[in-house]
Amino acid sequence: MIFTIASRELKTLFLSPLAWSILAVLQLILAYLFLTQVETFTSFQAQLATINNAPGMTEVIVQPLFGNASIILLLVTPLLTMRLVCEERRNKTLSLLLSAPISGAEIILGKFLGIFAMLAVVVILVSLMPLSLLIGGELDIGKFVCNIFALLLLVSAFASLGLYMSCIASHPTIAAICSFGLLLLLWVLDWTVGLNSQGSEIFQYLSILKHFQNIQTGLLNTVDISYFLLFIGTFLILSIRRLESDRLQK
Amino acid sequence: MTALLIEANNLSRYYNDHCAVDDVSFSLAKGEVLGFLGPNGAGKTTTMQMLCGNLAPSSGEIRINGFDLLDQPKQAKQCLGYLPDTPPLYKELTVNEFLTYCGRLHGISFKQIKHAIDLAKDRCGLEQVANRLITNLSKGYQQRVGIAQAILHNPKIIILDEPTVGLDPIQIKEIRALIKELGQNHGIILSTHILSEVQESCSHVQIINQGQLILKESIACLNQRMNTGRIKVSTRSTMNLDHFSDINNIHTIEELSNNSYLFHHDISNNPIELIAEKIVNAGWGLLELSPVKQSMEEIFISLTSNKDSA
Repeated sequence: MIFTIASRELKTLFLSPLAWSILAVLQLILAYLFLTQVETFTSFQAQLATINNAPGMTEVIVQPLFGNASIILLLVTPLLTMRLVCEERRNKTLSLLLSAPISGAEIILGKFLGIFAMLAVVVILVSLMPLSLLIGGELDIGKFVCNIFALLLLVSAFASLGLYMSCIASHPTIAAICSFGLLLLLWVLDWTVGLNSQGSEIFQYLSILKHFQNIQTGLLNTVDISYFLLFIGTFLILSIRRLESDRLQK
Repeated sequence: MTALLIEANNLSRYYNDHCAVDDVSFSLAKGEVLGFLGPNGAGKTTTMQMLCGNLAPSSGEIRINGFDLLDQPKQAKQCLGYLPDTPPLYKELTVNEFLTYCGRLHGISFKQIKHAIDLAKDRCGLEQVANRLITNLSKGYQQRVGIAQAILHNPKIIILDEPTVGLDPIQIKEIRALIKELGQNHGIILSTHILSEVQESCSHVQIINQGQLILKESIACLNQRMNTGRIKVSTRSTMNLDHFSDINNIHTIEELSNNSYLFHHDISNNPIELIAEKIVNAGWGLLELSPVKQSMEEIFISLTSNKDSA
């Protein structure tokens, strides 16, 4: 049942130009950033060779590439998630799901999986670029896999928050703005750390960026992973609750 | 397991302070086609949404095919096919894709799904448009896709909210025939504000006004009720109405136009014979003497307006 909803969600995305244009634009931008990164690496390569324990191709190319991808996905994910529930409610198609023998949890999980599959395609396309470096060089595969894993966790977190916003907003644009704003806030929370204020530790913990960067460096920490899992779980549960309370009020 | 397909007990629904449905109880058995009738804003759609689990009732309970809608929603919803007032269509899909999706949602297996879709398309006359995008279909066809979606998984109960809106007369006729055919093996509830539709296709009728149920009767009883009560009389020359004063059954005589009158009488004892005799004896020249059927519209209006004044 969950997969039925997820596959329809994915299908709808690819039936409209939205998914294609997002994939194309993302790929174009990231390919350009990838090339500049490769360019930088080749120009410094001679100097790097002389240093002991110098950063390799993975640090210079892969890590910045995934960092850039994360910021661009922060902009793009709200656009993908905004229509999930909101549009169904506006087009009155939600009653099809509500009167079908499926639970609210299945609806939400189906929608989440659908959007996750779309974002996974993006992550795969991004990962293909560094893989092409294997032709002429060597990658730290462990670190590379960690980067993919971090990006997947990150987009899942984005998607769950976007899904919840789509559940509560009455208009897709509002859902997009709200989820974008919240994500950006969680992103920049970390910047106040330099002020050395009392709350900085909490802010540091709450910031998505920090946890993402930790995993990116190849440091798989339970704290970081559970942060993402909690984040995703919280917003999915909130979405389910919100969808079910639809029946109660109005 | 009870034989009743739907049991709704003391349903109420409030939107903030506004009471949309007030203490409504009814039931539906297999083979019944129940027409929900009421003016705009009477609570028809709200009641239907509650039956389908799209809205939770403020109080009261709903049992669908013996399953409580709150405690066992999945089993209950499995027996339901619902067409809301706006057909829930994913317009970017083709008719076939959409129906496949609906079938999967209702747990039809991959093996049976093709057969189920073919049957639904055949019943709703959708073979011609099966591979077209729903967004390109006319309103009537979209409505038919909505109906196909509701009957696809062969549910025991079919709930149709204004199913013939936007259809042309031929399509309306087809849909009515379809409803009659389905009504033999299913329980159907349909809502409408078109009265002739209820007379055409329903076996029972419920009139709902301002959230309250004000009439529940079978169509046969209603028809009987509509048959009696009034006689239209026209004569060539002017009648002396005092002549009729000795017929006990006549309540009032109402003048319609020149030499044309409407006699209101008791339902139990029809005075038509006596009236004819008197007119002929007096030599007024009887031109017309016919019982007037009270139309559904009139019953409806009298019932709903009574409620307003009360």
